Amino acid sequence: MLERCIAGLALAVLALHASAAGDALRGRALYESRCIACHSIDADRVGPGHRGVVGRKAGAVASYDYSPALKSSRTVWTATTLDRWLADPEKTIPGQKMNYAVPDAQDREDIIAWLASNPIAKPAP
Amino acid sequence: MSHEDRVAVLPRRSFLARSGTLLSASAVLLVAGHESRAQGMGGATAADVNILNVALGLEHEAINAYQVGAQSGLLQKPVLDVAVKFQGDHKGHRDALAATIQKMGGTPVKEKSLDEYAKALKADTLKSQSDVLALAAMLELGATNAYLGVIPSFKDAQLAKVAARLATDETMHWTVLNNALGRPLPAEALPFGA
Repeated sequence: MLERCIAGLALAVLALHASAAGDALRGRALYESRCIACHSIDADRVGPGHRGVVGRKAGAVASYDYSPALKSSRTVWTATTLDRWLADPEKTIPGQKMNYAVPDAQDREDIIAWLASNPIAKPAP
Repeated sequence: MSHEDRVAVLPRRSFLARSGTLLSASAVLLVAGHESRAQGMGGATAADVNILNVALGLEHEAINAYQVGAQSGLLQKPVLDVAVKFQGDHKGHRDALAATIQKMGGTPVKEKSLDEYAKALKADTLKSQSDVLALAAMLELGATNAYLGVIPSFKDAQLAKVAARLATDETMHWTVLNNALGRPLPAEALPFGA
């Protein structure tokens, strides 16, 4: 139980760090022009839904049909791993099927900030 | 005449009359030069097939997005005709991609149900013709950037060219939709695929 709490806290810190580093508003605009062909925040489309992606294990959305490479990956999506992934998906997880890179570091940072600003909603107390 | 109507008054009737022939020819051209590689896909070929299958999934969604729009009752003629023409283009893309994937030894990804696409695209939030056009414009812009973005990933240069050709179709669609919505042209040069 304690381990879960610590892990949750660590992920929350990572998410906060990601959102603080980039410009989430610019990231949203980038997301809606670059990523939107395949992705949405709240729905699986050509690619998996992105709500709560920061802190999530790669290949973990049960409703989405991932490549075997993503399914078997041990990667956990943090600001760092997402940055690496967006810079070069195939180098990060060989055999993936996204194949779309975001070459500019600031663009990646802002997109990650937008993703981090869309966490999984907490149940009402 | 509204702005949307002015944009839609294109020589589309003559184009629509020819579109079936054009699309079939396009499909043949896209796959020309790709001999069947069904017996044992290499790593590079498998990687290219994966990209094409993602593209095919995108085209399935585009076809269904226009179907949702056409069935919504929100699109008025002549805008409706243009939407149907664009849907026809996406069907041409679908056919060409599926044929190419099969020739390369892959299995084309299957289309989902219209309801699944409608739910994922939040079709229940569409309340006006402008809403439908805005959704279509967003998807077309995304598709343009997606096709341009995967070009460097293709191992086969001919497939990279196919992606570029698909991107230009999507750009044409986006430009018309953007104009119909009364939105300005991009302020800077090179707005796509950055």
